Amino acid sequence: MTKQVVKLSRVVIRFAGDSGDGMQLTGDRFTSETAGLGNDLSTLPDFPAEIRAPAGTLPGVSAFQLHFADHHIMTPGDAPNVLVAMNPAALKANLKDLPRGADLIVNTDEFTKRNLEKVGYPANPIDDGSLDAYNVHAVALTSMTVEALKGYAVSKKDAERAKNMYALGLLCWLYNRPSQGTLDFLRSKFAKNPDIMNANIAAYEAGWSFGETTEAFSVQYEIAPASMPAGLYRNITGNPALSLGLIAASEISGLPLFLGSYPITPASDILHELSKHKNFGVMTFQAEDEIAGIGAALGAAYGGALAVTTTSGPGVALKSEAIGLAVSLELPLLIIDVQRGGPSTGLPTKTEQSDLLQAMFGRNGEAPVAIVAPQSPSDCFFAAIEAARIAVEYRTPVFILSDGSLANGSEPWLVPDAASLPTFEPNFATGPNHTADDGTEEFWPYLRDPETLARPWAIPGTKGLEHRIGGIEKADGIGTISYDADNHDKMVRLRQAKIDAIARTIPDITVDDPSGLARVLILGWGSTYGPISAACRLVRTAEGSVAQAHIRHLNPFPSNLGEILRAYDKVVVPEMNLGQLALLLRAKYLVDVISYNQVRGMPFKSDELAGVITDVLENL
Amino acid sequence: MTTNTFPALSLVPKADGPQTAKDFKSDQEVRWCPGCGDYAILSAVQSFLPDLGVARENIVFVSGIGCSSRFPYYLDTFGLHSIHGRAPAIATGLASSRPDLSVWVITGDGDALSIGGNHLIHALRRNVNLKILLFNNRIYGLTKGQYSPTSEQGKITKSTPEGSLDYSFNPVSLALGAEATFVARTIDSDRKHLTEVLTAAAAHEGTALIEIYQNCNIFNDGAWDPLKDSDTRDDAMMRLVHGQPIRFGKDMQFGVTRAADGHIEVVEVSSAGEGAIIRHDAHAKDPGLAFALSRLANPRTLQNTPIGVFRDVQRPSYDRLLREQVASVTEKKGKGDLQSLLNGNDTWNVS
Repeated sequence: MTKQVVKLSRVVIRFAGDSGDGMQLTGDRFTSETAGLGNDLSTLPDFPAEIRAPAGTLPGVSAFQLHFADHHIMTPGDAPNVLVAMNPAALKANLKDLPRGADLIVNTDEFTKRNLEKVGYPANPIDDGSLDAYNVHAVALTSMTVEALKGYAVSKKDAERAKNMYALGLLCWLYNRPSQGTLDFLRSKFAKNPDIMNANIAAYEAGWSFGETTEAFSVQYEIAPASMPAGLYRNITGNPALSLGLIAASEISGLPLFLGSYPITPASDILHELSKHKNFGVMTFQAEDEIAGIGAALGAAYGGALAVTTTSGPGVALKSEAIGLAVSLELPLLIIDVQRGGPSTGLPTKTEQSDLLQAMFGRNGEAPVAIVAPQSPSDCFFAAIEAARIAVEYRTPVFILSDGSLANGSEPWLVPDAASLPTFEPNFATGPNHTADDGTEEFWPYLRDPETLARPWAIPGTKGLEHRIGGIEKADGIGTISYDADNHDKMVRLRQAKIDAIARTIPDITVDDPSGLARVLILGWGSTYGPISAACRLVRTAEGSVAQAHIRHLNPFPSNLGEILRAYDKVVVPEMNLGQLALLLRAKYLVDVISYNQVRGMPFKSDELAGVITDVLENL
Repeated sequence: MTTNTFPALSLVPKADGPQTAKDFKSDQEVRWCPGCGDYAILSAVQSFLPDLGVARENIVFVSGIGCSSRFPYYLDTFGLHSIHGRAPAIATGLASSRPDLSVWVITGDGDALSIGGNHLIHALRRNVNLKILLFNNRIYGLTKGQYSPTSEQGKITKSTPEGSLDYSFNPVSLALGAEATFVARTIDSDRKHLTEVLTAAAAHEGTALIEIYQNCNIFNDGAWDPLKDSDTRDDAMMRLVHGQPIRFGKDMQFGVTRAADGHIEVVEVSSAGEGAIIRHDAHAKDPGLAFALSRLANPRTLQNTPIGVFRDVQRPSYDRLLREQVASVTEKKGKGDLQSLLNGNDTWNVS
């Protein structure tokens, strides 16, 4: 039958099902085909910490949201236009986010009495009129998949498991996505099991054909490619982007990359990714605990490696003492904190920005460290290189504060030219740096570079530089143990001054204010960049004037930040915490910023933020 | 000696010329209490290091926290005085990434067995190329006299005025249980034996744990006296020598035999017969005998205490395996190309 084709500007789809239903894979494949078509896109996986919670229950629901458009977009979307619900639990868990009039595709086979009871539906919502506000497509996905796979050499269970590919085929038809990439993917993934491969391919194709022939779907949609800067693109997720950034930093500097890490959600994928690239000389060490992870990294840094430890908030807590040692030893070290909901175990798979103050102050003594925060999944790549530059040039631990939404979210990435990446040099110490009163040439491990205040990086194996250092306070310059009061006061101030000096090498913060008339500044950091940008866009579309700035360097702050803050009548700081950046800004600049906070484990919704901004504008 | 004596140091650059103990003394004033057993160990190590024949700048001493952990300051090598209990972890990162270094860990019974117990056992099972010198004085010294994990049960200390309640660790048993490939015990005051054990450890590829009975003359003086007094030591202590019958005593009157039920015990050689005495086999694949020997001593009286190398077996070190894996992956895939990595496998062009 001929179907009507409707052109859309943008769509938000959410795939939701049981943890075992393969929703993340389905979402990934749809994303990949969408990226290849040239749409701009942004994704948000949302899955439980449990690997397989009991089937059909609310805790077991796993979802993947994808926003794609024919124009530049900033977020994974506030609310889905289409919800694919593979079972009653998925419907119940996600329906509250679905706006009236949205498309709802439900797998009717799973809406059995038992499954409905499991999640507390007294009656079948498909039949009882409770979904009347939505455009419901009731599709027997499981049984049609099984029917389509009759004659294939797979068990009924395996046939049922292919229902996600049937759904993917249907959605790919509905939104006119190409199939080739998915078919190639299935051939490669199941190369060792041709029966499963053939069944999945057949399920995908059956889903596509169903869309084309059924009367249940009368409209097919098209979303034209977005206009994007020319070049070679790939889709990239935050954790792999960060991993590539670390490898690039290693190649740029010529320093071997050493990762000491203990598995923790949502940071483990960096360990997984780096482990795949040993042909870049990457050394990955899965330690016995978080402390050993950073300990080994610090040992490797002492030996002249580009040393990294990856973790999340609870791991940072365990690493605190070793970070303090790294501050005292003044060695380059990257501490990557992929933040998640806290305190304690908190929400392992959800996102939050609540480790800023831990990174800033979570150590005994005055122990300043540099902090860099990426603002989007692909920006994790550049943040890693920038953090490595600071660590190496200033001989200091540097935090990278990523978070769960950056780690698992994806976006198209204009692949950079490796030859044009910024470079930096290790500049190892090679010989004595001080002449004693008697004329002897000596090596002083704490004699500082006058510009950066960095001490020499003198690695073992360098003749004539034998020296002893440790966590005990050292005499300025010569570096021997010192309990002298004046010396300690001086060393504490020097360590702080060194971190402050980094500000000279970081760019001024820039403000985006197309009107040039804004009296209100929205200031954020980290992964809130997308929602804040989208919110500012919404406000401006409604003729509001608002300025936006985003902080990448959280310690030290860019040199012009105070000036920028004072240039606006009001400064709004949205954060996924209870106001940690706001606290720092108020303390340092005495500016009464307005803190807007949510700690729901999910990114901000841009229309909510737009409402917050509009309220501030109206009350000026 | 040349580096050929130490195959485990084959990747470490050799010294330009002969070295002496003086070359390894740093300019720092030693700050242990007068009479501390650490002085004897320091002196023995300073005299021993020239025997390695490797460049001084390629030797690194890493320590944790405690009296013993000040050790690196007094050696003119590279030295890293770290945080409590973590030296094995830090040294693991260093040794794994730098095969051209000879890496030594200095630790104590509190540092290694209490706060750092986890790192110690994992370093041992991984068999990283580290030599761990565990100074055991059965007391906390730097915090001024609390009981330690090797203190005998019932010990009266500042924190246990009515006597400690916990059972103690036996460091040699612990190390053997943790899959260690080299485990030895020696005594601070026996310089010759200490040097022999250090030499054997240096030759070993992988982690070596050397427990050194060390006297804290301030907080636990005389802890090892039965093994030091000339009147008692010969009857209390057995010296393990690979391939030799395990015999000891003033007149070599005691020996170790295996009883009918399989356990080992100390007997009078005259009654058991020379043929019944077990020969020590440090190279035995099975750690059973080494473990049984580690259990012979009475922790309170120190009767039947073995010293020497309990176990010394070959297993590729972690750092060697790490290097080999990097090399084999690189050979298989070719040296990594950054641009190809950035591009990935799934790209599209926007024109």
